[in-house]
Amino acid sequence: MTLSAQATAPAGHSPRPVYQLHGVNKSYAQRNVVALSNVNLTLHQGSFSSVIGSSGCGKSTLLKIMAGLQSPSEGSVMLDGKPVLGPREDIGMMFQQATLLPWLTTLENILLPIEIRSGRHSARAALDKAHTLLELVGLKGFEAVYPGELSGGMAQRAAICRMLIGEPKVILLDEPFSALDEINRDFMNMELQRICLQANATAFLVTHSIAEAVILSDVVHVMSPRPGRFVEAFEIDLLRPRTLDMMTTPEFGAYVHRIRDLLGKGALS
Amino acid sequence: MSDTLNHAPADPSSASPPPSTVWKEKQSWLDVLPTPVAMAMLVAIFVAIWQAIHLSGLVSPIILPSPARTGAELITVGANLLSGGFVFKAFLVTAQEVVFGFAMAIVIGVTLGIVVGETHFGERAVMPLIVAIDTMPKIAFAPVFVAWLGFGIASKVALAAFVAIFPIVVGVAAGLHAADENSRMMFRSIGASRWQTLRRLKIPAGLPQFFTGLKIAAIGVVAGAITGEFLGGGRGFGDLIRTAASQLDTARVFALIFYLSLLGLATYWCVVLAERRMVFWRRTNAVAGGGR
Ligand SMILES: Nc1ncnc2c1ncn2[C@@H]1O[C@H](COP(=O)(O)OP(=O)(O)OP(=O)(O)O)[C@@H](O)[C@H]1O
Ligand SMILES: [Mg+2]
Repeated sequence: MTLSAQATAPAGHSPRPVYQLHGVNKSYAQRNVVALSNVNLTLHQGSFSSVIGSSGCGKSTLLKIMAGLQSPSEGSVMLDGKPVLGPREDIGMMFQQATLLPWLTTLENILLPIEIRSGRHSARAALDKAHTLLELVGLKGFEAVYPGELSGGMAQRAAICRMLIGEPKVILLDEPFSALDEINRDFMNMELQRICLQANATAFLVTHSIAEAVILSDVVHVMSPRPGRFVEAFEIDLLRPRTLDMMTTPEFGAYVHRIRDLLGKGALS
Repeated sequence: MSDTLNHAPADPSSASPPPSTVWKEKQSWLDVLPTPVAMAMLVAIFVAIWQAIHLSGLVSPIILPSPARTGAELITVGANLLSGGFVFKAFLVTAQEVVFGFAMAIVIGVTLGIVVGETHFGERAVMPLIVAIDTMPKIAFAPVFVAWLGFGIASKVALAAFVAIFPIVVGVAAGLHAADENSRMMFRSIGASRWQTLRRLKIPAGLPQFFTGLKIAAIGVVAGAITGEFLGGGRGFGDLIRTAASQLDTARVFALIFYLSLLGLATYWCVVLAERRMVFWRRTNAVAGGGR
């Protein structure tokens, strides 16, 4: 059931490729680090993929390159047939911290991307959408609250709204819920799945948790460190929508087991 | 199910309720005192020691006047200040110097601070020079300002501003580095320009440091104005103090210093009030951070 990283689309999804990475390399000259070596990756419309690997193997670097926040040293990154040469409106990104601005209300924080890109007027026009999003993630009534009064989970939910307000085609997530406790985290993961299915968004998740990667993804890519490279891709053949109960099924356990096996070997080599 | 664990209260018939273990945490009576009482107590002790020294006759009243004499002078000078007499006129002069000096320091300090904090050139070339000047005793420049700008108000404003600029520059420059890496990356990912990042992220994030610098500057600006008056004449409070001191009227000197300190306090409080308005979001954070 494993397949190479650039292989075909997972079953049940339209095969239209959205993201295409070819031969992406990244080295940091000043410390002579090869962070990424020959990464090839194709993400298909509406699919959910994740990448898992040990700390420092280049996952965040990959995500930043995909988001147009950093340039690769070599290789090509195409999104929707157009090269990624800088931050783009059709990419939504979410970080480990919520990074809400404490001097703006929740609503103002969510409208910030619109305001930055197209001004105050457009932000006002997007008010309805912001309210809808807040309702979607269960933050109705917290519009005028400052982030200092939100819990960690609520702040991350607001950050999801901020990411979604520009209706991105793809969303890139760098360990978005790793600062949350396990209960909140499971809950947020299910929310994330629901939102992605509803918006038919293409998602790419960086995570440290094998279980999280398996329960959310159509494809799990495994990275190995020094230099950071893709070693294997696992297609996860569980039904959608996934539920937390699936985590107790033997199929789920088998996936987790195989990925853990591989990671164990990768860490030794 | 009787064999499962449960957290229900114990069967009342089985035993008497457990003894109450509410106990009183020890606290020093000094810490329990209300703040105004604690402060009044300290002032009272201070005055008592002062009075004791006075009564002992060890120190001449010219050097240390009695608390009563100083209190009387405090009332005389205060009455003159409130009724618009010569003390009031001097107060206006010094207050003017402080306000203009502070305004000038803020304009120049913020501009320099942004250059230092925002540009690589500023950080490499301007900052070392600013640090070098900052380590000099700035008061020593007073005669220079008098020579350049004369004995009027201008030379005092210049010295006051000169003293106050540096903490503002440092506060602004440090503040512009306060925004964390993740927030900066978030701004880049939503396509913010450099100017937008500065205005919407770095400046608000740097306000707490800016205000810290401003508070230090608020104290320095009064010291600068008074030093300017000591060394460059004029009609301000510094001149009154110098005159009283030359007449060995120490009680009046004390009274004048007291009212002068009110000017410093007022300046400081303006900064604190502005900070509370502009950095309103920080208090909620501080509460969330917890701890004492
Ligand atoms: N700006 C930089 N300059 C030099 N080296 C860097 C830079 N950023 C990252 N690196 C190096 O590149 C490698 C990959 O870093 P990256 O942040 O992508 O790892 P990661 O997989 O996201 O790790 P983690 O799981 O801990 O977040 C690391 O060895 C790191 O030291
Ligand atoms: Mg990372």
